[in-house]
Amino acid sequence: MADKKGWKDLMRGGDLPAATSVQYKTGSWRSLRPVFDPSNCIHCMICVSYCPDMAIPTKKTDEGVTGKAGRVYKGIVRLETDFDYCKGCGICATECPTKCITMIREEETVESSSR
Amino acid sequence: MATIQEIVSRETPLAPGHRMCAGCGISPIVNTVVAASDKPVIIANATSCLEVTTTIYPFSAWKIPWVHLTFENAAAVASGIETAYKSLKKRGKITDDVNILAFGGDGGTYDIGFQALSGALERGHKFMYVVYDNEGYMNTGNQRSGATPFGASTTTVPAGTHSFGKPQWRKNIVEIAAAHRIPFTAQAAVHNLLDLYNKAKKGFGADGPAFMAVLQPCTTNWHYDSELTIAYSRLASETNFWPLYEVENGKVHINYKPKERKPIEEFLKGQRRFKHLFKPENKHVIEEMQKMIDEEWERLLQLEAAQVRF
Repeated sequence: MADKKGWKDLMRGGDLPAATSVQYKTGSWRSLRPVFDPSNCIHCMICVSYCPDMAIPTKKTDEGVTGKAGRVYKGIVRLETDFDYCKGCGICATECPTKCITMIREEETVESSSR
Repeated sequence: MATIQEIVSRETPLAPGHRMCAGCGISPIVNTVVAASDKPVIIANATSCLEVTTTIYPFSAWKIPWVHLTFENAAAVASGIETAYKSLKKRGKITDDVNILAFGGDGGTYDIGFQALSGALERGHKFMYVVYDNEGYMNTGNQRSGATPFGASTTTVPAGTHSFGKPQWRKNIVEIAAAHRIPFTAQAAVHNLLDLYNKAKKGFGADGPAFMAVLQPCTTNWHYDSELTIAYSRLASETNFWPLYEVENGKVHINYKPKERKPIEEFLKGQRRFKHLFKPENKHVIEEMQKMIDEEWERLLQLEAAQVRF
């Protein structure tokens, strides 16, 4: 053991670039699809905060978007679900206070002729 | 006071594309806890569902510094990070302030990582340890852990003609952590993210170690429909099965007191791990469970009223 190595000489451990999992589209797991009705949404952010797959994008808006009862909601608002990553768990539909999300079977979204 | 709008407008530490089961509540827990930090966060993560699902080679779902560890040493590595950070800072090699966070599942916290956790709390490193508690070794297929509740059927304590499932009550990890006389310990649950956020904020701000246990219902091994994760978490606190409380500087404060405690059956029904309890011969198990929950709640109320330091 003549040539003792210091810790700086040791091989560096595995070191992965950040957030590469976005290349893996978990949307293919989905059997139920959340259908979002913006006309009944109050943009409370409950679905966004609970979404396990960060699949509900949001944006900040000053002009606002029209939601429940024709009211204009400003600040942070939710957008359409990101179906690349949504696994279809249904938490958003269950927890939505205005029930503006409904879960339908994925095959119902496909035209019968295209099967 | 933060709002849900503020919490969700923060950049999440986790990217989509991780492979947790559909309906798993771990990522809202991670996102909310990290959102509560106003400094950059370094995460030490024990082997657990969170670790195996976020870093399947060659992918990583983490946007922030994260260390992969073995099962037992999340708290030990977090201590090491904290010590190295203090040393680098003292020598002027780092100027930024950071928060150090350790995540573990209940197996890696109540059982396998217990000694490392106790050591780190005793040495007083400034870090926060968060256990997301799904009440068993769920990633390997539902083996019992020190967190598995009384009466639950698991693959290692299966219910059958001679057994009603796990015969022991779970460890009270929050009180064990509080007994180390650390500045902040808390029990939270995934359905109440504002409460979790406020507790995480206090934990990061604590002058010393902080510990938090967060209930995370497991859709796969508690075996219920994936959309009910949040609903089961809510029922757990409405039945006093999982009270939301904190121990700040040794004093107990209960964050949520149900107006009318729901019977424990409301929480048990629909979960396959408790299905056998609804057979007539197992009626005494539910009765015993209800008695224990009520006694524990009464004791917690007394602790809060007495304001005697832990």
